[in-house]
Amino acid sequence: MISASAFFFYLFSAILLASAAAVVTSRNPVHAVLFLILAFFNAAGLFLLAGAEFLAMILLIVYVGAVAVLFLFVVMMLDVDFVQLREGVQKYAPVGAAVGAVLFGELWAVVLGWQVSPGADSLQGSPTPANMDNTHALGQVLYTDYVYLFQVSSLILLVAMIGAIVLTHRRREGTRRQNITMQQTRSVRDTLETLQVRMGAGVQELGILRPRPRAEPAEEEPRHEHAAGDH
Amino acid sequence: MMNWAAASPEIFLAVAGMAILLFGVLLKKENAALCTMLVLGAFAATFVMVMQTVPQTAYSSLFVTDAFASYAKLLILAGGALTMVLSLDYNERQGIGRFEFPVLMLFSTVGMMTMASAANLMTLYMGLELMSLSIYVLAAFAREELRSAEAGLKYFVLSALASGLLLYGISLTYGFAGTMDFAKLPDAVTGVDGVSTGLMVGIAFVIAGLAFKLSAVPFHMWTPDVYEGAPTPVTAFMSTAPKVAPFVVLLRVLIGPFGHVSVQWQPIIEVVSIASMLLGSFAAIGQTNIKRLMAYSSIGHMGYALVGLAPGTESGVRGVLIYLLTYVAMSAGAFACVIAMRRQGKSVERISDLAGLAKTDLPLASLLTLFMFSMAGVPPFAGFFGKLYVFLAAVQSGLWLLAIVGILTSVVACYYYIRIIKVMFFDAPAPAFDTRSASVSFVAIASGMFTLLFVLALGPFTGAAEAAARVLFG
Repeated sequence: MISASAFFFYLFSAILLASAAAVVTSRNPVHAVLFLILAFFNAAGLFLLAGAEFLAMILLIVYVGAVAVLFLFVVMMLDVDFVQLREGVQKYAPVGAAVGAVLFGELWAVVLGWQVSPGADSLQGSPTPANMDNTHALGQVLYTDYVYLFQVSSLILLVAMIGAIVLTHRRREGTRRQNITMQQTRSVRDTLETLQVRMGAGVQELGILRPRPRAEPAEEEPRHEHAAGDH
Repeated sequence: MMNWAAASPEIFLAVAGMAILLFGVLLKKENAALCTMLVLGAFAATFVMVMQTVPQTAYSSLFVTDAFASYAKLLILAGGALTMVLSLDYNERQGIGRFEFPVLMLFSTVGMMTMASAANLMTLYMGLELMSLSIYVLAAFAREELRSAEAGLKYFVLSALASGLLLYGISLTYGFAGTMDFAKLPDAVTGVDGVSTGLMVGIAFVIAGLAFKLSAVPFHMWTPDVYEGAPTPVTAFMSTAPKVAPFVVLLRVLIGPFGHVSVQWQPIIEVVSIASMLLGSFAAIGQTNIKRLMAYSSIGHMGYALVGLAPGTESGVRGVLIYLLTYVAMSAGAFACVIAMRRQGKSVERISDLAGLAKTDLPLASLLTLFMFSMAGVPPFAGFFGKLYVFLAAVQSGLWLLAIVGILTSVVACYYYIRIIKVMFFDAPAPAFDTRSASVSFVAIASGMFTLLFVLALGPFTGAAEAAARVLFG
């Protein structure tokens, strides 16, 4: 009889491997992304079993919550021809297999040669305290010992934000923006006019079709000022 | 006990950057020049603050301030400031004068200063990312231009790969040594039965990641295209400060934590150095675009500088530090001359555009001649002393091959440097360039004076470099 944790380990691992295989084999890209999400959930389960609950939660929040949803958006919104992308699979399969075999061999060699330095344990920068779960322990060092790196990473995010804005934001001509000053200073006279209309006369012969020439300068003036003042 | 004050120059610069960013957003006018001035002011203040730092370790030994870090930071700030001045005029004329430009340069500089002070592989990586991310955006800053966008994208994709290599190396190092702390790594590196294979692979990957940023062969592929496509002030920036920061961090990592195993990394550095010197000198010969030529020239220069690292001795590190100092001055000056190449409001960058410059604009031609002679390593200009010190260090350690290849490739490189001088002085004159602004002239003349008069101030600079180098061996 296997223990509960072993049972869940095999359960999660089996589903993880199966869904990972499904990600690369399924023909429908939306299915592939959904399988990816399933794989993430099972990986999170494995992390939980290993006692790394913080990593498990981060995996769900970041990868499922943000990355996978982004993938889903991309797959659904962009018209990517996946059939065309797959065209060369047969031709490149031998090369791919060869590269994979070499990589596998190298990994094998590394794993067999794995040997941790004898004193490595004592060198740990911040060993996890015994009576504490690891989220708590992380929180204790993240904003104290590692505050410098934490702040640098926030600067990196700031730069990413500035970069995204600088490279994509452009001022288009003809976009209409709300100008509160213009709205407030408008009087009824600028917009409304009462006319005497003869019975049965059309708008064309009365000459009240818009745009009316008299109202133009009144509307143009503030818009120019607005364009110069806004950046 | 936390000592926040150790990083006060970085903190000040970062806060100033955010303040200038807010100022630029809220001012809502054409304010690029004003923001550039403010950033230059922040650089000057940081420069003074760095000069006053005392050697100490802070932030649970993630961060260290010592003479080595201060030397590098002053050099980084000077290089950043010089190229920032170059951007003033160029950006306005090219229609890319936006206030985000100096702010991004500032954040990149914060990243580089963090790298210079790194006492832990994590600090190194964070600084490197902050530096690179800003440069990706800067390279694509002229977004209406296809070449600039291509440069930004190319640099981003390849650099992300290099970051991956670096991270892989760091994780392997951490996995096998159990620590990323530079102070603790030496004990972990030399275990009971020598160095483990995994750790050696880790070191190799760390070197590869940093060599990419240095554009050393075989990680140089991106350099010519990115140098050519990026706006010229950005190219100038990339060839000054962002070359210094990865180099000093490479020095610190290889000499400090991995100093005991120099036998392991020395061959890698030698091969990279020789390949860079060869490619830098031979591939530049066929170039017709001066920015591409400068790209190959910078590959070659990194090769020469690596000659000083290969012996792993104090005099070698001193040589590298002097080399970087002279290289920053020469590059900033040479790029000032390239920025001055404008005809009818358009920047031109072909070498043939320089034809007969001596007849139309003798001061500019003389300055460019000075920089070309200095880059070729002709005495008594600054570039000669950089080369002298690194080759001397190589010879002292018996690395004759490096020194001989270095001297031979220097001779080859002379050909294309002197060809530019020949084009300027002996070819039929092309139409004159537009009048250049005072800011460009200032950088060209300041760098020119430095390059010319370096020989007079050799003592103080060598002394500073020596004091900085001693820290790593102390």
